[in-house]
Amino acid sequence: MTTHQFKPDLPPPVATVGVYAWLRANLFSSVPNTLLTLVALYLIWLIVPPLLSWAIFQATWLGDSREQCTPSGACWLFIEQRFGQFMYGYYPPELRWRVDLTVLLAVVGAAPLFVARFTHKLRYGIAFLVLYPILAYCLLSGGMLGLEHVPTTQWGGLMLNLILATVGIAGALPLGILLALGRRSKLPAVRVVCVTFIEFWRGVPLITVLFMASVMLPLFLPEGMSFDKMLRALIGIILFESAYVAEVVRGGMQAIPKGQYEAAAAMALGYWRSMFLVVLPQALKLVIPGLVNTFIALFKDTSLVYIVGLFELLNSVKQASADPKWLGMATEGYVFAALVFWIFCFGMSRYSMHLERKLDTGHKR
Amino acid sequence: MQNHTGAPKGSWLTDPRIRAWVFQVVTVVVVIGLGWYLFHNMQVNQQHRGITSGFGFLNNSAGFGIAQHLIDYTEADTYWRVLVIGILNTLLVSVLGIILATVLGFTLGVARLSKNWLINKVATVYIETFRNIPPLLQILFWYFAIFLSLPGPRQAHGMLDMFFVSSRGLNMPAALLAPGFGPFVVAVVVAIVATVLMARWATKRFEQTGQPFHKFWTGLAIMIVVPALAALLFGAPVHWEIPAIRGFNFVGGWVLIPELLAVVLSLSVYTAAFIAEIVRSGIGSVSHGQTEAAHSLGLRNGPTLRKVIIPQAMRVIVPPLTSQYLNLMKNSSLAAAVGYPEMVSLFSGTVLNQTGQAPEVMAITMTVYLAISVSISLLMNAYNKRIALIER
Repeated sequence: MTTHQFKPDLPPPVATVGVYAWLRANLFSSVPNTLLTLVALYLIWLIVPPLLSWAIFQATWLGDSREQCTPSGACWLFIEQRFGQFMYGYYPPELRWRVDLTVLLAVVGAAPLFVARFTHKLRYGIAFLVLYPILAYCLLSGGMLGLEHVPTTQWGGLMLNLILATVGIAGALPLGILLALGRRSKLPAVRVVCVTFIEFWRGVPLITVLFMASVMLPLFLPEGMSFDKMLRALIGIILFESAYVAEVVRGGMQAIPKGQYEAAAAMALGYWRSMFLVVLPQALKLVIPGLVNTFIALFKDTSLVYIVGLFELLNSVKQASADPKWLGMATEGYVFAALVFWIFCFGMSRYSMHLERKLDTGHKR
Repeated sequence: MQNHTGAPKGSWLTDPRIRAWVFQVVTVVVVIGLGWYLFHNMQVNQQHRGITSGFGFLNNSAGFGIAQHLIDYTEADTYWRVLVIGILNTLLVSVLGIILATVLGFTLGVARLSKNWLINKVATVYIETFRNIPPLLQILFWYFAIFLSLPGPRQAHGMLDMFFVSSRGLNMPAALLAPGFGPFVVAVVVAIVATVLMARWATKRFEQTGQPFHKFWTGLAIMIVVPALAALLFGAPVHWEIPAIRGFNFVGGWVLIPELLAVVLSLSVYTAAFIAEIVRSGIGSVSHGQTEAAHSLGLRNGPTLRKVIIPQAMRVIVPPLTSQYLNLMKNSSLAAAVGYPEMVSLFSGTVLNQTGQAPEVMAITMTVYLAISVSISLLMNAYNKRIALIER
């Protein structure tokens, strides 16, 4: 009996495996491609080494006064020295633990909502959404339970951006849902009112809304009644953002098949019950990624309260770099602020993409 | 008789039609009531503060200088003229920004789809970096950290001895009218008309006989040759005034002020990141079968792209592109942060402070933005209708 002895396989041609092949396929497959690669390499060489040398290699990391900074690199001492101001604004330093505690409570409190095995999400979520804002307000503002009162004029830094964005979206969501319902309503008067409201806010820039909130709101209110600056900006943000939320929610409602509306009607559910029990739960689940994107946009837009004179992160940077001790440090400050915004926005956009994949039930065409 | 809505007879409380009416009447009454209440408060407050109302102030003399005006302006001019300058400056930033952002965005979007790994990654890093940083921060960065830290006019970076970048902005040659300008304009109009006629004729012939014609190259030739002939015969249409250092600043030529440069650059860099993603998803939405079908019909790569892929991708691209243009236009109001004299900084800023007439000033500002928004929407919707898929 003869056994077949297979010869060992020949190795594949050198040109098709390994680094060489990868380079050839991805970077140098043709003459134009090679040119493009060279252009890209040139661009990278032009930008990256000076940037790295400025931000890292030539930068000053340790020390406590600007005299220790090298002129050719970044002076991160400025950021280290003013970190508190960038995070908390003019919030009294000895009371800043209250802000930290508020953030910690938010993280710990919201954590169960992200655990897949936790079963009472809805009930817990509602309890959290009702209790947490009250607690957070008590902690931040004080004036009760023996906590010292801190007026909103002292709030600032990243903390203010986060407050404006979260309260803004939380306030805009219910209003936005009502507007979306109104826009899809069969009653012409309601629809006209909602469409006008939505298109008005979507047609004007947020800055004009903030200006309006800060100069017009005191005029609209009866005499003697007035809000502080932050609350006025917040009202402007909520009204503005509700129009965008409404459009996102409307998109979700349009994606719900007509059969669902008809089925709800067939079960003898009235308008409100068919909306809140059948349509909205499905629509809202569909638009979660869209809402996260709206939130990202809002978070970036909170920097605009800079223009009406609130001390959010950007304004804190500007204030700090106007300090005679640290003149000329604006670049470092803006780079730091950009990094903070970038980390938040990039993180949330990745999360939104992850949600989109997770919630995608495969019904998409 | 059973009524159409199928509600039980007798109780008008549960009749959907009556309910609908009641609900609508209540909505209208509440909206009008609220509006009246706010208006009434405003009037009372204005009386108490001694603020006059009405738009009469527009005829008063403004009395302040403006850093950049596209039309003639002196401090004695009225607020009307300030309004026009504000609108023009806003439009200038928006138009420049939209053009730059579109070019940059489409380039990046295509780069993002490139098979070249390096180009692809460079585009990705660009997009992810710039779209996650607030536009206001980018404007401040460009303005304070880059333009204001450039050397002064005497040490300006020069290009070809015609363009100079300094902390005073970008100085460049100005085109001044020369005697040949009239004939040149006539020649350009003639060339445009000739090109349109030629294109119509070529399309018609193609539809009747199937013979292709090089519309683009012929049109380009006409557009170059006819005006060039006019310039040769009647003299140059413009002569160039080169900026030159005189004392501490440039004299002559046009100047783009650093505020304008910072705003246009940062807004187009920011918006381009979004446009790139839109272009990428638009091109990605055209199924590969379309390319294969075009190839099997014998079309080469170029015509496949131009006649099959892009027309279909544009249908997906245009609606979100419209909203990006609108965003850019609205974001141009951020220029107020660096003191570029556009609508918000001129009107909601200076004019509001001078006159104190908040309701009128805010109403004018918002109306201007709404009007520009609506115009862009209408234009883009008309374009969208033209390229939309005609369905059965």
